[in-house]
Amino acid sequence: MNTNGAPRDAFERERLDNVRPPHWRNPQPARRYGLVIIGSGTAGQVAAYEAAALGARVALIEHGLFGGNCLNVGCVPSKSIIRTSRLYAEMRNAKQYGVQVPRDIRVDFAAVMRRMRGIRARISRDESVRRLVAANVDVFFGDARFSGTDTVTVDGTELRFRRALIATGARPDTPSIPGLAEAGYLTNETVFDLTEAPRRLLVIGGGPLGCEMAQAFCRLGVATIIAQERPLFLPREERDAAQILAESFARDGMEVRLNARAVGVRVEHEQKLVDLVTDGDTSTVAVDAILTGTGRVPNVDELNLEAAGVSYDNTIGVHVDDFLQTGNRRIYAAGDACLADKFNHTADASARVAVGNALLSGRQRVSALVIPWCTYTDPEIAHVGLYVRQALERRIPVKTFTIPMHDVDRAITDDDEMGFVKIHVRERTDRILGATIVARHAGEMINEITLAMVSGIGLETIARTMHSYGTPRPRGSNSQLTPSAARV
Amino acid sequence: MKKTEPARVMDEERLDQLQRDAFGYFVQAMNPVTGLVADTTRENSPCSIAVVGFALSVYPVAVARGWMPRADAVERSLKVLRFFRDSDQSGAPDATGYKGFYYHFLSMDTGARVWRSELSMVDTALLIAGALTAARYFTASTPAEIELRELVELLYRRIDWRWAQDERGVIRQGWKPECGFLHYVWQGYNEAIVLYVLALGSPTHPADGSGYEAWTVTYQWENVYDYDVLYAGPLFIHQFSHAWVDLRGIQDHFMREKRSDYFENSRRAIMVQRAYAQRNPNEFAGYDDCCWGLTACDGPNRDMPELAYRCDPRHRLLGYSARGVPFGPDDGTLSGWAVLASLPFAPEIVLRAADTMLERYPGMLSGGRYTSSFNPTLAPDAPRANYDTGSRSSGAWYSTGHFGLDQGILVMMIENHRTGLIWQLMRGCPYIVAGLRRAGFRGGWLS
Repeated sequence: MNTNGAPRDAFERERLDNVRPPHWRNPQPARRYGLVIIGSGTAGQVAAYEAAALGARVALIEHGLFGGNCLNVGCVPSKSIIRTSRLYAEMRNAKQYGVQVPRDIRVDFAAVMRRMRGIRARISRDESVRRLVAANVDVFFGDARFSGTDTVTVDGTELRFRRALIATGARPDTPSIPGLAEAGYLTNETVFDLTEAPRRLLVIGGGPLGCEMAQAFCRLGVATIIAQERPLFLPREERDAAQILAESFARDGMEVRLNARAVGVRVEHEQKLVDLVTDGDTSTVAVDAILTGTGRVPNVDELNLEAAGVSYDNTIGVHVDDFLQTGNRRIYAAGDACLADKFNHTADASARVAVGNALLSGRQRVSALVIPWCTYTDPEIAHVGLYVRQALERRIPVKTFTIPMHDVDRAITDDDEMGFVKIHVRERTDRILGATIVARHAGEMINEITLAMVSGIGLETIARTMHSYGTPRPRGSNSQLTPSAARV
Repeated sequence: MKKTEPARVMDEERLDQLQRDAFGYFVQAMNPVTGLVADTTRENSPCSIAVVGFALSVYPVAVARGWMPRADAVERSLKVLRFFRDSDQSGAPDATGYKGFYYHFLSMDTGARVWRSELSMVDTALLIAGALTAARYFTASTPAEIELRELVELLYRRIDWRWAQDERGVIRQGWKPECGFLHYVWQGYNEAIVLYVLALGSPTHPADGSGYEAWTVTYQWENVYDYDVLYAGPLFIHQFSHAWVDLRGIQDHFMREKRSDYFENSRRAIMVQRAYAQRNPNEFAGYDDCCWGLTACDGPNRDMPELAYRCDPRHRLLGYSARGVPFGPDDGTLSGWAVLASLPFAPEIVLRAADTMLERYPGMLSGGRYTSSFNPTLAPDAPRANYDTGSRSSGAWYSTGHFGLDQGILVMMIENHRTGLIWQLMRGCPYIVAGLRRAGFRGGWLS
């Protein structure tokens, strides 16, 4: 198993050329920048383009690779291999579509990863250093540290700023399990460097990353165990969604260990033995690799934030107000470095809020954002807005309109009946409070609800809107969706 | 959607026989020394404390119906109540209980904890609900019945409900000496109303009142198949609390807001079950508007490879599991007893379905008594021999043996339908009344 970096093939050379050009020389800094951005992930790059478009003099500092998590070790590589793993699963299930199942389905793991690297290289063109430089942004590579309330130093060079934006993202949070470090483990920062599949894999953590990767590797032929400390996967999501996911995992042949805490790891005979404790009972699993997916922590502890008068902690990250402003009025933060919702699109949206507030004296609140999210398992699990529990805790009466996917013609024709659409409305009105969708393409379906919520469109209007055949609505009458019809 | 017409409706005589045969389980499965009752009729089955609760509840039914002499019922009740009074409450790994609660599964002979089972809050509640039922029925001034009532008081009063609450007041699901409280919490509507009512009604260690609201904010009020319903997938959830507590016409805050009540909700849950069976999204054999009943039950499992080949590989065989609608899990396994135990909520629909199911799948009765489940999708092409934990004949796979929970809920719900005996008894129980009021229930018979 190779975990010492991805192979330096043409794809990797192209990506690195885009995200960390060899022989790069930092520019001569301007006397003072309108905005200095630390971090070149989604939040940092979006902020840089936005600020440059507004005419600001912009500097961006990156200590590693351009593009941050999403491009290099996050969404892009994970969604690439998820797509291939889904295809393998469909090949195995081809018979259900009336297709002759291929006799010898063998996973070419190296080819899967090669495809992923190709996609990553291609997308890196859009997030390249050169492109940002062409947008008139000064790019500096090096470690950034604040040296005052309006200065930041990058490898000995001081940059002065009117405004600064901390967009340093987050990194994997490694669980403190005795023996884990000695035995060796994978995270999202190293798993995409694999060129050979482990024969047996233990995924520790049942959050989005753990669930996505566990299912993908399982479908790529890896004997996969997923151990989740909580009684259900995706603890943030609705119980039914998590239960459907557990059922889906079991159908894939994954070994599901819920309510199981990893308490120790040791290596014997070249295999990793992991002790799992469930309700006081200990069992041991033997695997060849361990992938941890137990959350992420913000990258804030190396920035010398004390010098800038910016408060932070290592759990939440940089402390910001609803306008994304820190305790230092010159300095803002965006994305994973300061937000609980650590999503690529949240980083994007928050960066726009921060730039507007920082450079245009805007007063846009981050709490006003309607944030959808999706876990890209099969079925996908997407959510936007309030959960029922959150609404009831705020004493908002809620009614949920539920459409099982087995009532949707298109889901039946596609044999994708596992899941549901649940839309939560304020009772006796059609005002949408939130929605959860569990479906093959939930990540796309949730956007209609998000648009409705942002635009103040009610459920009755959605129900009256003509949809192309096959979109999720009950067979028979779309009036079933309307609260007024339900009242009748 | 598949709809069956016409269907027969079960007659009173047959209903009586089914109820009596179900009661027979408790006579058969009781340990004569401890009074404990086995979880199932399978070999080496331990005692389930919940099944003991059902036993204590159905002895009065048997006396009232003339199936058992009063003295015999009192003696059986005393035996098991004395056992619990004298049981080891140290919380040790091989004790019987702790803080007034009891481990879920006990040795039939010694009462010691088995299977490293959890100290179970809800199963203790079912046990105590049964004990209170007995105390409400056996009210004579004889030494035996006086002792019975004193024992019930002792057992109820020594339960430390508050100890079992978490920081939000939610009652935890279990505790083990090896690891303390389990992670599981009650989330969403389930069978815990009777648990909360008993916890809130305690005169000695009442639960903090915040827990009931903390639990009910996890409810989901959903429009499913055009029915507005407080959602819970498995059918037993819509039955268990109703076995003891007459929830007709009384409302807590949640139900007042929804202009409904839990009894009406169970009726709608039956409609959702029927609608699901009519849709039958997984195309399992047998499902239609007169053949449904997805609940927690025994079932075929993956250790029976001779069965697995008959199933679509996309559908796992679940073994003993909580099956539910409309999101599953569903492996084609149905429970006849769960249909008939819904009798009070929708008598005509239920009787028609129960009769139809028995006619189609007579093998679901064994010795006149409902087996835990059957699975028509796994019907053999020809009759085959019994397997270790199930048999396949007469057009379905059938679970073997009997389960005490199934028999207990069946006896009680048939009785509530026929005479309302258990409901009447418990409406007179001051602890139940106090608990309901503390949970915010108003109206109806509570007024």
